[in-house]
Amino acid sequence: MLTEHPVHLNDHYDVVVVGGGPAGMAAALGAREAGADHILMVDREKDAGGILWQCIHNGFGLHHFKEELTGPEYAQRYLEQVIDHNIDVLTDSYVYDIDRDKNLLVMSGSKGIHRIGGRAIVLAMGARERTRGAIRIPGTRPSGVLTAGLAQKFVNMQGYLPGRRVVILGSGDIGLIMARRLTLEGVEVIGVFEIMPHVNGLNRNVVQCLHDFDIPLHLSTTVVEIHGRDRVEKVTVAPVDDQLRPDLSKAWDIPCDTMLLSIGLIPENELSRRIKLRLDPVTTGPQVASTMETSVDGIFACGNVVHVHDLVDFVSQESELAGTGAGEYVTGHRRPADNIRLVPGDNVTYCVPQTISTDREHTVYLRVRHPERKCTIHFGDVYRRKLAYVFPAEMVTVKLQPRVLQAFHGDTLNVRVEARE
Amino acid sequence: MTETDRLSHYLCIGCPLGCRLEVEETDDDIIVRGFTCKRGKLYGRQEHTDPRRMVTTTIAVRGGRWPRLPVKTRDTVPKALVREVCAALRDLEVKAPVAIGTTVAANVLNTGVDIVAARDMPLA
Repeated sequence: MLTEHPVHLNDHYDVVVVGGGPAGMAAALGAREAGADHILMVDREKDAGGILWQCIHNGFGLHHFKEELTGPEYAQRYLEQVIDHNIDVLTDSYVYDIDRDKNLLVMSGSKGIHRIGGRAIVLAMGARERTRGAIRIPGTRPSGVLTAGLAQKFVNMQGYLPGRRVVILGSGDIGLIMARRLTLEGVEVIGVFEIMPHVNGLNRNVVQCLHDFDIPLHLSTTVVEIHGRDRVEKVTVAPVDDQLRPDLSKAWDIPCDTMLLSIGLIPENELSRRIKLRLDPVTTGPQVASTMETSVDGIFACGNVVHVHDLVDFVSQESELAGTGAGEYVTGHRRPADNIRLVPGDNVTYCVPQTISTDREHTVYLRVRHPERKCTIHFGDVYRRKLAYVFPAEMVTVKLQPRVLQAFHGDTLNVRVEARE
Repeated sequence: MTETDRLSHYLCIGCPLGCRLEVEETDDDIIVRGFTCKRGKLYGRQEHTDPRRMVTTTIAVRGGRWPRLPVKTRDTVPKALVREVCAALRDLEVKAPVAIGTTVAANVLNTGVDIVAARDMPLA
C-alpha cells in the first residue's frame, strides 16, 4: 500500500525538488541515481503525483513504460520508486519564497513554516490552467464557470458533479476528456466550442470522447457572453471570421448551468521570477542549458514549468535529466559548459534546451508555428531530418548525436522547418 | 443495397494527420481507403468490424483518502457497451484500503472482462 515515510524535516538537503508531479518525481529519482544523498520533494497536495491522479483515462506511458496506463497507474509507479529510494516526500506543503542562494521558505500543513536550504534546487511546479480572465469573456460573473481540470478533480477524486447542462469552451484534450467523462456520469454536454478552425486536442480524443457519444464540435465558434446572476443561466455563442472576430448577427443562446474552459496552460513561474531567472519570452518558462540548469548556478527546472508538454512521458524524460544535473552538481561532477545556442528560425516557435554542447548526445524539444506535410528540419547546416508532418499541437523531438556537432565550430545553430518539394 | 450504404467513414486516430478513412463492405471483402500508413489501414478495418474501448471511470470508496476510486476494464470491451459498463458500476462501493490491480467487479456484463482498481487507496 502506498505509504509515504514520515518526514523528519532537516534544515539542509543536497537537492530540494519543488513540486511532486511527474516532473518532480522523475527529477528526484534522477538526482538519487546521480549520487545525491539527501533529497526532499515538496508538494502542495495530500498525495504527491500531481495532475496524474485525476487523469483517470488511459493513454499514458507508451513511450516510458512501453505499455498503456491510466494516469493514476503512471503516478503510482513513479511514486513507489520515489518512496523506495528514500526520498523525503513532504506533502500538504507549499514553497512560497526562494532566494538565489537556494534557500526556500516552506509553509507546511503539519510542520508549520520552515526555512530549508538546498545545495541544488529543481523547480518542477508545473502549469496552471488559463481562466476566464485570460480571454476576457463579457457578461456577468455567476458561479458555474470553471476550468476543465478543476471539474476533472471534482468529478474523479472528490465525487462532485459541477452541473447538469454543460457547455465546453476550447477543444484542448482536457476539455474533450471531460465531455466524455461528464456524459458517462449522466450530465448533458451540449457541445464543444472552439474559436480556431481546427481542434486543439488529439484525434483520438475527438473520436473516442466526442464522436462515440454524438457530442457536437463547433469550430470557428466562441462564447461571446455569459448570462446569469447567481448561477450561469445561458451563454451566447457566435461564429467568428478568419480574423477571429465574432459575427454577432449570427449569435445564438444556449441555456446551461455550467461552462468549462479548456483554453490552455500557463507555466507556473512565480518562484522563477522571484529570483529573476532568465525566462524565454515564448515558453514563458526559464531558459535552460542542456543539463536543464537555469541562468542561476545550481538551480534546475523541468516539466511544464519550462514549456507545456503534450505527453507525460516526455516530462519524465526531460525531468530525469534535470535531476541528473542537480545530482551531479552536488557531487561535484561538472560537465563542459554548453557552447552552442539554438535559435528558432523559420516555422519554429521555440527550442528546449536553449543551449547544447558538442560533447554528448542531446534531445531537443521544439514546436512549430503552422502545420506542414512532408518537410525537413534543419539544425544550421550540420544536421537535417525528414519529417512526414508537423503540427503546432505536437511537440517535435530530435536526437542530436555528438558526431554531427563535432565538425561544427560556430556558436549558434539556426533551427528551421522547411517544406520539401 | 445502394453504393452509399456500403460506405462508412472514420477519422484515423493513429497520429495528428487524422486521415479520413472510407471503408467499403462488399459481399466478400472489406476495403479500406484514405489511409497513409499500415496502422491506418488496420485501424479502419478494426473500427469498422469490431470497435473496442478501454473504459475508465470511478467508483465510491468508503474510508479512503479520497471519496472516489479510479477503476478500469482490464481489457477492452465492445464500444457499444461503454455506457452500460459505467451504469453497472454506478452503485458499487468498496471499503478502503484498496490495492492497485484489485478486482472490484468480475466479468462485467458477461464480457469476460474484470474491473480493477487503478491505484492504491490508503485509509484516510
